[in-house]
Formats: sequence, C-alpha cells, structure tokens
Amino acid sequence: MSVSEMFITLQGVLTADQDIREEIRKVVQTLEQTAREILTLLQGVHQGAGFQDIPKKCQKAREHFGTVKTQLASLKTKFPADQYYRFHEHWRFVLQRLVFLAAFVVYLETETLVTREVVTEILGIEADRERGFHLDIEDYLSGILTLASELSRLAVNSVTAGDYSRPLRISTFINELDSGFRLLNLKNDSLRKRYDGLKYDVKKIEEVVYDLSIRGLNKEAASDTGGEK
Amino acid sequence: MSGKEGSGGFRKRKHDNFPHGQRKDEKNNVNSSSSLMVSFKSFQLELDTRHDKYERLVKLSRDITIESKRTIFLLHRITSDPNGEEILNESEAKLEAVRQKIKQVAQELIGEDMYQFHRAISPGLQEYVEAVSFQYFIKTRSLISVKEINKQLIFTMEDKEEETNTPSSNPHDKQLCTWSLKVTPVDYLLGVADLTGELMRMCINSVGNGDIDTPFELSQFLRQIYDGFSYIGNTGPYEVSKKLYTLKQSLAKVENACYTLKVRGSEIPKHMLADVFSTKAEMIDREDGLS
Repeated sequence: MSVSEMFITLQGVLTADQDIREEIRKVVQTLEQTAREILTLLQGVHQGAGFQDIPKKCQKAREHFGTVKTQLASLKTKFPADQYYRFHEHWRFVLQRLVFLAAFVVYLETETLVTREVVTEILGIEADRERGFHLDIEDYLSGILTLASELSRLAVNSVTAGDYSRPLRISTFINELDSGFRLLNLKNDSLRKRYDGLKYDVKKIEEVVYDLSIRGLNKEAASDTGGEK
Repeated sequence: MSGKEGSGGFRKRKHDNFPHGQRKDEKNNVNSSSSLMVSFKSFQLELDTRHDKYERLVKLSRDITIESKRTIFLLHRITSDPNGEEILNESEAKLEAVRQKIKQVAQELIGEDMYQFHRAISPGLQEYVEAVSFQYFIKTRSLISVKEINKQLIFTMEDKEEETNTPSSNPHDKQLCTWSLKVTPVDYLLGVADLTGELMRMCINSVGNGDIDTPFELSQFLRQIYDGFSYIGNTGPYEVSKKLYTLKQSLAKVENACYTLKVRGSEIPKHMLADVFSTKAEMIDREDGLS
C-alpha cells in the first residue's frame, strides 16, 4: 500500500468517527434540553409556595424522565456498545446532571440517597459495564455532589419559608454523605475538586442548624429527628 | 500514589481542625453499617481497583516509551556504523521486549473498555509506533501500515498466564487463546508524525557522513507523508493538526538539505557538509520565527 493510499484510508476512518460524534452531539443536545426542563421544574421547590406541592413536582419530573429514557435509548444506538468510553466526554456532563436530578427527586420524595441501581433504572440504562450503556461511578458520585450543594441551598430557603425541621434532616443526610465520601481515596481529578467543595456545603448547613438552635427554633423538630446537636 | 497520600494527609489535617465535641457527635450520628456507608465502601473498592489499574498501565506505558526511545537511538547509529545488519537485529530484539510490555498492557485490558484507560497508554503506544515504523523504514524504505503494526500485537496465550488476576478473562481463555491490542488510527498518526522528526535527523546525520543518496530518498518520503497529513488536514483531532506545523519544519530542513547538496555538493569537501547544514538549519529556524 502506498503512503497516499494509507492516508486516504485513515481519512475515511476519521470522517466516520466525526460522523458518529456529530450524531451523538445531536442527541446530547436534546438530552440537555430535557434536563434543563426538569431542573426548572424542580427549582420551584426553593420558592415559598413550592414547599407545599413537592410531591406534585416530583411526579411531573418523573414524567419527564420518561422522555430522558427514550432519548438515552436513541443515544445508545449511535455508537458501538463496546466503545462507551471513547465517546464518554460527549455525554459526561449531561449524565451527571441527570444523576443529580434523579437524586434530587428521590431525596425530595423519600429523603434518602438514591442508589446507583435506582438511578440507572430511572434513566433506563444498565447498571454495569458488561451489559451496555451504563452509569460510570465517577459520574454518579459527581451527580451526588451536586445534590449536596443543592440541598444546602434548600436548607436556607426552607428556613425562609418557615419549615424549620427540614434543615435538621438535611444536616443529618449531608453529614452521612460526607462520611461516605471520606471513605473514598480520590485521585487528583475533577471528582476530587468537586468533593473539595462538599465541606462548604456541610459548613453552610451547620450554620443554618446553628442559627435555628440558638433561637430555639428546632425544639419541635428535634423530637422526631432524634438527638440533633 | 503520592496524590492519594497527599489527599489523605489533607483530610486528616482537616479532620483534626474539627472541635472534638463535634467529631464525637458525628461519629454517633453516622452509623457505619447504614446502607449508605455500605454502598460507599463498595465505591471505595471500585474506585481503588480502577485507579490501581490505571497506575499500572501508566507505568507500563512509561517503560514502553523509554525502551522505544532507546530503540530509536540505536537505529540512528546505523548511518555511522558499517555493520547495520547487526544493529537491525539488536533493534528487533529490543522491539520484541517492548511488545512483551504491550502484551502486559493487553492483559490488563482483557474484559475492559480499552478507551477507558486510553489516556494512560497512549503516549507509550505512540512512541512504539514511532520506533517500529522507523525500523520498518530503514528495512524497506516504506511506511508501515496500521494493520501491519496491529498484526504484531496479537499475542497467544501461554499456559503459565492462565491465572491472570482478571476474573472476567476466564471464559475468554477457553474460547480463543489469543488477544490483541489495537493501535488506534489517531495514535498511529501521531506516531508517524513523530517519525518524521527522526527521519529529518537521520537525513542530516547521513549528510554528515557523506551519504549523498539517503537525503533525497528521505525528502521524497517525507513529502509523501506531508501530503498525506495535508490531505487529512483538520478533519483529524486537534493533536494531529498541532503536529503538522513541526512536520512542515522538518520537511523544510530536509528539502533545504537536498537543495544545498544539489547546488553546492560538488564544490564543498564532504567533511564540511555538516557545517553547511547546521548553519542552514539555523537560518530556517529564524525565518520561521519571524513569519
């Protein structure tokens, strides 16, 4: 094979690669759109009136996740299943965002941390790598860290809205999350950078709890959360 | 590794800064057997396994890089050495050693998505492509193809490697006893782009040794490669277009060398040719800097 023939073949490979990336980008754009819609929907809980109809908002968000499912299913068809990590960068951000949104919904509904398996179920993807389009553990953890900062915001706003017990529950939750993350040996990468932000969320919520405590506003709440500081 | 230790130390310090009362409080609050903690323990295991594998691959990649570089240095000696055949054989042995390392890489990647760890091994693979294509050029005066390279990277299973530490490899073993590592087109391209630098050096060296034919062959070959890269242009990834600039410089040096040979080669005594080229090369550098 001559040199120029070789380069023509390579160019063909590169063009095919670019076409795949183009297709992926298109689907990812629609995914981002849906993710924004869900986010806007859930942002409502920060407003005073929003605290009453949290279940309704979660219900609506879950309906949107149906769209996400079909969009992710179409993303799956755009590239060979065993080349997930080759194109990972394209959907990494939006997948982290979706994990956060799913985790937020689950938290608002049950006040527990969503498991990786449940997230994959909500998004309609596989739990482990062997079976196809899956959720990378680092993306899952990143999404959870976003949840932490969102909850620190929610703690502040729930006080404004007059809900004094929620910050205490959030505080317990975030503390547990923090201990969980402390178990991990993170490398010096983006996940580690985001983890470094977690302590500020913890601090923020502790300040809120402190403010409530010195004013005696947590009295009625303390009985049901049990032994808060 | 040091990053991990560093982060551990950092957490420890941070932890010490906590008031003691709060630390106790936290410990009481967080039940170590809660489902959240259990799942985070499994995450810890998963992340550690992944990072360890990554580190092992980085180490292998560095070994591959070093050995490939040495092979290239060895091959450069051919121009000044009468017994080139011997050096070629030695380089073949060296490359075989590199392939053994690549075999280990392939073993690490059994049952994994190669692209997940691609960043760890990519530099090594590029250097290997450079070495192997350089050797191939010296032997055959032509460009090795991706297929040819990948053909050499298919390994057959030996009995003692039955108990590799990847459990997922077991079903794999029984069906087919070979596995391979594929050099991606992009790694190949980047390796070939590096090759041109070596060829340029080889050209200048051979002029220094009074070899009049090799520079012309090399300029011909380099021009073909340059045309190839120009054909790809910016359809390739960013790194490829970045190399294009250096490639252009190398080509200019070689072309100027040929020019000088043609015009003045007959006038200047051979032992002085090297000096003429070194000043010529400097001139090109300066011109490029201005433009």
